[in-house]
Amino acid sequence: MDRHDDQTPAGDGREHTSWRLARAAMAQTHADPSLSGLAAGLQRVCRAATASLGLLGAVVHLITGEREALVASSDEASRRLGELPFEVGEGPCLEAFALARPILVPDLMLMGPPRWPGYLSAVDGHGLRASYSFPLLVGAVRLGVLDLYGASPRSLTPTEVSLALVFARVAIETLLDGSDGSSVALLDDPQVGVMHGRLEIYQAQGMVKVDLGVDLAEALALMRAHAFGRDVTLLDVARLILDGERLLGPQGG
Amino acid sequence: MISTSRLSDLFVEVADTLVDDFDLIDFLHHVATSAAEITSSTAVGLMLDDQEGNLRFMAASSEDARLLELFQLQNAEGPCLDAHRTGEEVADIVIEESVERWPVFAPRAAELGLHSAHCFPLRLRDQVIGAMNTFRADARAMSQEERRVARALADLATIGLMQERALRRAEELTEQLQFALNSRIVIEQAKGVVARTLDVGVDQAFGMLRAYARQHRLRLTDVARDVVEDRGALQALVDSAT
Repeated sequence: MDRHDDQTPAGDGREHTSWRLARAAMAQTHADPSLSGLAAGLQRVCRAATASLGLLGAVVHLITGEREALVASSDEASRRLGELPFEVGEGPCLEAFALARPILVPDLMLMGPPRWPGYLSAVDGHGLRASYSFPLLVGAVRLGVLDLYGASPRSLTPTEVSLALVFARVAIETLLDGSDGSSVALLDDPQVGVMHGRLEIYQAQGMVKVDLGVDLAEALALMRAHAFGRDVTLLDVARLILDGERLLGPQGG
Repeated sequence: MISTSRLSDLFVEVADTLVDDFDLIDFLHHVATSAAEITSSTAVGLMLDDQEGNLRFMAASSEDARLLELFQLQNAEGPCLDAHRTGEEVADIVIEESVERWPVFAPRAAELGLHSAHCFPLRLRDQVIGAMNTFRADARAMSQEERRVARALADLATIGLMQERALRRAEELTEQLQFALNSRIVIEQAKGVVARTLDVGVDQAFGMLRAYARQHRLRLTDVARDVVEDRGALQALVDSAT
């Protein structure tokens, strides 16, 4: 626990170390040429996370209700690892999703009474020793999980945790946008890191849900489209809504 | 002078909230409210490091929208950010004299009739995980006694945040902080739903959610989740409000 010297304190916004590192890692990463759109964007996130955190690999699970889809993986071996928890019905990523909190396991072999015996025997022989699962959440909206796989047993340093959280943030933004271009643009926008903490956005999201009778995820998508269409920030849109303005519905009515 | 009996009442009340299965946001709200009372502050807010480079608002003695704005502003500048960066108390700040130091924060605080500020870091061993910010309507310095009690309350906030967890594994700090930060977002989403459904302000919506949770012995975060996921709590809230 003496690794705090490399941790940048909060409040540095855009210049925070992890955002800089994430931007550099994303810039050096490419998706398979056969992929496009969301799948390509998320594969870049997986590959950038794998490279910059020194991992075995990474995957993004998209989970809606009872359905699960593995939408991106850094490589074929990770894709296989990512499928295993869903075959055996247990594992850190499922727990992270269910509990809405990260599940960080620095050494899978060193857990007291095994938490996931079926999962552990399924991954045996795949070279997996550490597992870091970050749920992709926007409050009550649960999108999926970013799973990071390590080949050696170790804890992430505070800087690495920060970097992993930034990659989870990029994955969330990419999923909300549904495009591959967003992730890099996002890292270039100094406001994004600051913006997602602003409470007004989430209050407005609840209001749009009521105004238009849509679900929370759709409410946020409509707010983002509105901001994009008028070239204003999401916070500006949120303030208009808090002042009583109503957005147009999904069908424009 | 702080009355000893009132002080023990407050600590007993706060400790009582720390039962099994307690709601973190409600607990922090309680800590902030107690800190405001004991230090004669107009407002007290609690901020947490989101581990991504931002200080984020978690709880306050008042959910007044302009105050929340003032707390959130301190992600960029202000005494809270300084307390968090240095890990030291930022003591007896006179708002009117701080315009050069904090050109955005200080005028905004003055507009709200606040004259002094005091910030306490939230410490977990050698780490600073956030800060507690007190504001007063007068420029009086905080007494040693008030400071000691405020520090104890800031420590209680940290204990509540960690529950029994971080004492065992370093990973649990991240797990718990991230869970707490996302819980606050769920509550904001629910405030928006309630505010629009019942045509009330967001601060009033928070009060209604909290009252409903207390009345039905439910956790505030569970009620908020229920409200945004259309599982009946909203209708019950509407029925009890009309």
